[in-house]
Amino acid sequence: MSKLKVATVWLDGCSGCHMSFLDMDERLLELAELIEIVYSPIVDAKEFPGEVDIALVEGAVASVDDEKKIKKVRAHTRTLVAMGDCAVAGNVPSMRNPFGPEAILNRAYIENTTTQQQIPCVVVPNLLKVVRPIHEFVKVDIFLPGCPPSANTLYTVLTALATGQPVDISSLTRFGA
Amino acid sequence: MTDAVEVKTLIIDDQEVSARRGQTILEVAREHDIHIPTLCHVEGLSNVGACRLCLVEIKGSNKLLPACVATVFEGMEVVTNSERLRRHRRTILELLFAERNHICSVCVSNGHCELQTLAQEQGLTHVRMPYRNPQLSVDASHDRFTADHNRCILCTRCVRVCAEIEGAHVWDVMGRGINSIVITDLHQDWGSSTCTRCGKCVQVCPTGALFEKSKIGTDNPKNPDFLPYLNLMREAR
Ligand code: SF4
Ligand code: SF4
Ligand code: SF4
Ligand code: FES
Repeated sequence: MSKLKVATVWLDGCSGCHMSFLDMDERLLELAELIEIVYSPIVDAKEFPGEVDIALVEGAVASVDDEKKIKKVRAHTRTLVAMGDCAVAGNVPSMRNPFGPEAILNRAYIENTTTQQQIPCVVVPNLLKVVRPIHEFVKVDIFLPGCPPSANTLYTVLTALATGQPVDISSLTRFGA
Repeated sequence: MTDAVEVKTLIIDDQEVSARRGQTILEVAREHDIHIPTLCHVEGLSNVGACRLCLVEIKGSNKLLPACVATVFEGMEVVTNSERLRRHRRTILELLFAERNHICSVCVSNGHCELQTLAQEQGLTHVRMPYRNPQLSVDASHDRFTADHNRCILCTRCVRVCAEIEGAHVWDVMGRGINSIVITDLHQDWGSSTCTRCGKCVQVCPTGALFEKSKIGTDNPKNPDFLPYLNLMREAR
């Protein structure tokens, strides 16, 4: 059996879910028998591959850039997994929603700075009006709540996916876990 | 003189049970260890049937009844857990999450919240409706407690415990529909209200909406269990 191609993607999240992924520690070696990481912030690939079996997506959709990325990921992925509360529910990044993007840009780049007070117009992608979970943009196949989902949860779900076994997500994790 | 207790027999989830006249379906189910999820109901307070999580099916009727307020009748056949009921319960929970701002990961009640626990128990892994993200206030004017309207689900437990048990009736509901919020006195700050500082509302609040300052997080669960005991002591007097 050829190994499953797995990608991990980082949108508007704190990287905590990726830390949890790395927290699988020596179990990553076991997993490496079943899967191959073809794209991720922790490997070198620059372009999202043409065909991916499983994509684990961390983070909410908060900018035009995130929106472009998630659509591309969906187009090339068989099983898309929303990894963590930000991807599943907006979570901490969505706390700006009641106030709008101008308010937080002002706070970060004007009110809280003493020099060079200006809102960047290049490099930092334009923010969307509201931060949304990824399933409001593309179809999501598996939702893994948790902030972050534990290494154990990630391991159980990945092994189940790789071996074609069913898995009961709610027995493993919840919002805020 | 004692009234003869009128006994009703009924079936809950294929189990034959007997009950006293006037008992609610929920009471009878709990006496027989049959689990029906609830949210606005709390042992020791009146029931308002507000959250609809406890809806059950009655054979021969296509109307769903809230088990916390519906009373038993002779020959009743109750179903407490069907695919239809599970679907409704999940939808109710989704609407509650979408209505205000629930960010469990940074909530004072993370790990001991009844809404969060119910979501997990009912297999809810995401919310299909778009979040409303309303702008809501946090009242930290009280020197001991805080009210965070972002987390309130309008179950009115606080209103009932303050009126029925403490007898102070500081809490009430203001506004209509989606604009409803719980208020203290006539919408004064909690800190300058007629609050007696008993803390009962905090203990019965199922979510992170009411909490005791500096007592937050997983190590500080709420304790609503004092209510049945308090009622017992009162009746004994
Ligand atoms: S879900 Fe939690 S851990 Fe994961 S990215 Fe969001 S904030 Fe970080
Ligand atoms: S009140 Fe409960 S459901 Fe809402 S954010 Fe807090 S822990 Fe989560
Ligand atoms: S403050 Fe708490 S107890 Fe009061 S209505 Fe809101 S959720 Fe219920
Ligand atoms: S518990 Fe019955 S309606 Fe809320």
